[in-house]
Amino acid sequence: MGRRVLITGLGTFWGGRLAQAMEADPDVDVIIGLDTRQPRVKLERTEYVRSDENYSILSRIVRATGVDTIAHMFLVVDSTQMSSRLMHEINVIGTMNLLAAASAAGSTVRTVAVKSTALVYGSSPNDPYWFRESDSRVSPPRSRVEKNLLEVESYVRDFARDNPHVRLSLLRQCNVLGPDLETPLSKALRLPLVPKVAGYDPRFQLVHERDVVRAFMFALRHELQGVYNIAGDGQLPWSEITALAGKRGIPMPPFGVEAATWPLRRLGLVDLPPEIVTLLTYGRGIDNRKFKDAGFEYSYTTAGAVEAFVQSLRLRATVGRRPEYQYEDDVEQFFRHSPAVQRDQAEDA
Amino acid sequence: MADDPTTGSDDTTPGTRTAEIVPLRLPPVAEEPEPVHDPRLGDVDEFGRSERVREVARKAYDPLYRNWFRAEWDGLDKIPTSGGALLVANHAGAIPSDAPVIMHGIETELDRPVYGLADQFFKGAPFLGTLWARGGGVVGHPDNAYRVLRERKELALVFPEGTKGTSKTYNERYRLRRFGRGGFVEIAMRAGVPIIPIAVVGNEEAMPVLFKLPSVAKAVGLPYFPITANMAFGPLALLPFPAKFKLRVLDPITFDVPPDQPRYSRSLIMDESERIRQEIQEALFDMLRQRRSVWFG
Repeated sequence: MGRRVLITGLGTFWGGRLAQAMEADPDVDVIIGLDTRQPRVKLERTEYVRSDENYSILSRIVRATGVDTIAHMFLVVDSTQMSSRLMHEINVIGTMNLLAAASAAGSTVRTVAVKSTALVYGSSPNDPYWFRESDSRVSPPRSRVEKNLLEVESYVRDFARDNPHVRLSLLRQCNVLGPDLETPLSKALRLPLVPKVAGYDPRFQLVHERDVVRAFMFALRHELQGVYNIAGDGQLPWSEITALAGKRGIPMPPFGVEAATWPLRRLGLVDLPPEIVTLLTYGRGIDNRKFKDAGFEYSYTTAGAVEAFVQSLRLRATVGRRPEYQYEDDVEQFFRHSPAVQRDQAEDA
Repeated sequence: MADDPTTGSDDTTPGTRTAEIVPLRLPPVAEEPEPVHDPRLGDVDEFGRSERVREVARKAYDPLYRNWFRAEWDGLDKIPTSGGALLVANHAGAIPSDAPVIMHGIETELDRPVYGLADQFFKGAPFLGTLWARGGGVVGHPDNAYRVLRERKELALVFPEGTKGTSKTYNERYRLRRFGRGGFVEIAMRAGVPIIPIAVVGNEEAMPVLFKLPSVAKAVGLPYFPITANMAFGPLALLPFPAKFKLRVLDPITFDVPPDQPRYSRSLIMDESERIRQEIQEALFDMLRQRRSVWFG
């Protein structure tokens, strides 16, 4: 019998991508995706279940479907997306409820992978050039999202300690760059003049979006346990990333960036949350060797991720954005469940 | 709303694969693309060093090293030509010249790069920090030092006195300060490399600190704010005096402990740290006994 997988955040970029990858895996029997919003990617056999961000429906689903694997992708790390209160609700309260349901008596869950980010390491001038999984952050967390994620990680650690029979992996990915994902960094790199902090040219480490999805598939398939950094090889200075994108930098004053970018933020041109400004000042590198030692091979280096992003920029400059997939609930339900659909015939086609 | 599949429809049972109930055939999306090539434009490595910048810096600094300070080495052969080693030296001067002289000296005389481990203040400072990193400086984090010494097997330079050495005033010259908490000994033990002490004479007279203004330092966020003798020369305040630099490399010190241990004996670390401090201090006194002139050696 194959795996029965539950993915949180199916409507997010990561949830959708992971569900697509799972569908291609013959070892996965059942894929159930939870989210408050409908999926935004084409899905073949994933069952979408609407839930609130607190997963009040979750323990029922776990009991009813007997899922053995949970991929917790519904963690918001881009603080420009929503209010800090909603972010707290999704990240902290959501994770708490998810893990509570997964550890309920009689739960069939045996494998869990949680998406975290290198934001938990922070960014400061006192940092090591490569954070290891065992390192804790040097500077105290200041931004809301960082505090959120540290709280999430502490819940995850407690869960792992209380449930030794569950194989739990926590994947901390560095900043992602790729053709499709929208992040504050990719938005900044799309501007005609790319913001930089005057006097600083920090080292950046990036990972391609596809490598992140592959990393989750790898961690779940091999039932990895523990914390793993996910990052492409190599680090590039921000100036070089800007140059690769064919853009010029526009310096922001090294002090009071918040105030200086206020007019641009109001106009909706730039949205640089404090954790990104710190990153543009001091940079961050993480050690990816533990995950590589576990057997994973990255398809893209940091520079490769930048190149893939730049190629998508060029394509988009000519043909514009690809239209988003429209999920039509009744249509999907019809194809999946209607007795009128001739399944054997479709199998042959 | 979509129910979960086991309760929602009658014709499915809990054991059914979702694949079996779905007729949609979509092209697989998880296909692996060809990884794109590395499109690097610059030469900044993972330590933030740039060989191009270093080349320019070497050219610019060489006249200062040869004609201004007239640096003279003694025992340069004690520095290994391969393998990691931690160089430890005394530190002084409001803007210390000992670091560039040692780094440039070893890089030109032995043709080996030296990774200068510096206070995080450097990385935190705009412009200066970036320049320092491009030129070969590394933030003095134990983990960074370990990578330079054990993984890259290169030379690293550290001043255990830190800002306590550079902020001391002229009347305290050539009297070594506390060697931190002995962190440099622990780094060398963990990396399994020898420590090579270097005694530097001349540096204390290149930019003497007459007195300090702690309140100004606090206001502008610097570790110290010195009033130097060089400031009497107005616009040339940043140029050090042409004191004669003499550098003596002392015998390498190896430790009889296995590398890569999570912890080392604190008492051993403190003993070794104090011993190295004493050795450099004695060497300095010896060199000063033989020095006839500050400017001509």
